[in-house]
Amino acid sequence: MIKWFSHEFVLKIANQYKFFSCKEGIILQKYILAVLVDNKPGVLTHVSGLISRRAFNIESISAGYTEEPSVTRINIVVSVETENELDQVVNQLSKLIDVIKIVNLSKAPSIERELVMIKIRADKNSRADILNIVNIFRAKIVDVTSETVVIELTGHQRKIDAICEVLGEYEILEIARTGAIALSRGSTPVKKM
Amino acid sequence: MNMNGAQAVLECLKSEGVDLLFGYPGGVVLRLYDEIYKMNFPHILTGHEQGAVHAADGYARATGKVGVVIATSGPGAANLITGIATANMDSIPLVCITGQVASPAIGKDSFQEVDVFGITTPITKHNYLVKSVEDIPRIFKEAFYIARTGRPGPVAIDIAADVFNSQIDFEYPRTVELRGYKVSSDGDSKEIKAVVEAIENSKRPLIFFGGGVTSSGTSNDIRKIIERLGIPSTCTLMGIGCVDSSTEGFLGFAGMHGSYGANMAIQNCDLLLCIGMRFSDRVTGRVAEFAPKAKIVHFEIDPAEVNKNVVVDMKVMGDLKWSLPILRSKLESSGIDFQKRFSPWLKESIEISRVHPFSYKIEGVSIKPGALIRKISDLSDENTIIATDVGQHQMWAAQFFSAHNPRQFITSGGLGTMGFGLPAAMGAKLAQPKKKVILITGDGSIMMNIQELATIADHDIDLKIVVVHNFILGMVGQWQRLFYNHHYSQSILKGKRDFVKIAEAMGIRGIRLETIADLESQLPDALNSDGSILIDCIVPEEENVLPMVPGGKRLDQMVLS
Repeated sequence: MIKWFSHEFVLKIANQYKFFSCKEGIILQKYILAVLVDNKPGVLTHVSGLISRRAFNIESISAGYTEEPSVTRINIVVSVETENELDQVVNQLSKLIDVIKIVNLSKAPSIERELVMIKIRADKNSRADILNIVNIFRAKIVDVTSETVVIELTGHQRKIDAICEVLGEYEILEIARTGAIALSRGSTPVKKM
Repeated sequence: MNMNGAQAVLECLKSEGVDLLFGYPGGVVLRLYDEIYKMNFPHILTGHEQGAVHAADGYARATGKVGVVIATSGPGAANLITGIATANMDSIPLVCITGQVASPAIGKDSFQEVDVFGITTPITKHNYLVKSVEDIPRIFKEAFYIARTGRPGPVAIDIAADVFNSQIDFEYPRTVELRGYKVSSDGDSKEIKAVVEAIENSKRPLIFFGGGVTSSGTSNDIRKIIERLGIPSTCTLMGIGCVDSSTEGFLGFAGMHGSYGANMAIQNCDLLLCIGMRFSDRVTGRVAEFAPKAKIVHFEIDPAEVNKNVVVDMKVMGDLKWSLPILRSKLESSGIDFQKRFSPWLKESIEISRVHPFSYKIEGVSIKPGALIRKISDLSDENTIIATDVGQHQMWAAQFFSAHNPRQFITSGGLGTMGFGLPAAMGAKLAQPKKKVILITGDGSIMMNIQELATIADHDIDLKIVVVHNFILGMVGQWQRLFYNHHYSQSILKGKRDFVKIAEAMGIRGIRLETIADLESQLPDALNSDGSILIDCIVPEEENVLPMVPGGKRLDQMVLS
């Protein structure tokens, strides 16, 4: 679909909606990888060390326990220029001894979510407008003071990007994002894919 | 059986068949060294930890067995780093044992503490930090398995000091359970069938093999395939010896300082069979124009190597031990007369290679490095191991030494580590005591681990050390001569060092050869004498290694003179 538009147009749209990351005019495609690893000390050192040594472009990384106590799941959003580069990321990660399985969930039916918390200045003048935006995005207010509110929103990365952009008009005090996580749709878990 | 952690480590090593350790003691490994003393475990004390790790590496390269090195925490472990990285780049199996400060002291910037796990992560196949004695047997079993299987590589085990003193009911596991490590041996034989078809449809196929042939022990299969097809062949620096250099159509090694014939054949072939090699930048020249006319086939055990540097047309994944015998039998059962079909191409490749063979000019009485190496080669046989350091002499050795067998030519390829040669030669000699080991080094490189002269003297290790002495850091000087207006910035060695006296002071014999006549009259006796000897060969300063593919150029854009 991209080839129907001019490069500048695509870049503009891409920048506006953050469909892709843009680096010096090159369009990078994002993929989300589900990486199952042994729950052993040093695993995160191995994974993050590899990413930095091979100069891979990582948008976000998050890790947590799973249904199996001996397995940790690392969610990595990687941005690459070419399919070959994507293969390199997957093959190099697979080489790590403690990596059990990698699935590219962007290439399978999947659900992707990210959680953000945004602390924003909300005085008498701006509070109503901010609440309006919160409602439109179906976000939640989780903390209120006389001067600030903390907004919580869960959704696809694109939605998180969008609320951050819209709230950019107001005084954002801080943002904490978890990075994206994903699950496959249907009954087959990643470990059996 | 009840024992302490230090005894358990040595029991693990015994169970793995380790017969020799290289190392250097220190504070946190005192318990381990005490058990080495009590058990009388064979151990070579080197002059520096870097010497120990290169020696273990040389031992591994000469035999294919896993080399084992021990160092203490902090500076001891840090001194191993260059050696571990060297082994990692060339896929050499090592197990590197380091002591760490006691568990409660970790992270407190304790005396002689360094984060060995963190430092070794990017330069090992795998690494461990052991904080509990119960983990010792499992981790050692895994470490040796990981180091030697699949694509081999170094494994580092950092052990907290208190672990050596803790008690364990020792039992060595029989099997390894690693969910994330599958040794890929057998691949898809359809991929090999496709390669056979590609060979049948090609007119100008070329075999290009690398160090993977050595580590998989498939040199004989390669030889038989070349014989069956009657096609030219070339190799990487790491592949030297896998095919006897006298084989018809063997064009010498390829790449930056490789042969004219090999580089031209790569650029002109229509099918390039790349076997157990990884398309290093030293071997491809300008990567976008590497083998432009060829369909490139990659036989490889490591999926991450495929399409990493060069995008290939076909691949055969799996251990060469699996793929090459199948390829060989498929070719042998084919009804096609390959030799007849490919003979014009074989003849053409040989003729082109004869236009610019590796050569040197005799000028006056001075010893030309090429003449020196050729003389060493003439005085050697298939039971001679050559070890080199890094620089001009290394390239001359690769060019002018005729290797016959794998594991005969020991050199630091990927990392290009100066100072590798002397300790690696020492390790090779200890691994292969019946073989003659000749070290070819330079006046720059030998200084980087010259303390190991004392080690070979102490242990009566019989090495023939040839110093190609040109009073300059030769390869640096060559680049400065060719690309930096003869600005010999920090590359001139003033010439006041006397290697003969250094050798004698360290406890081995030394002689100096200054003319061709000296070379003819003294080299044979020196190489055939008993015991170690250092042969200081004075050679001209302004000698270039040629041919040369300058950085960023195509393989056929060689500087020839």
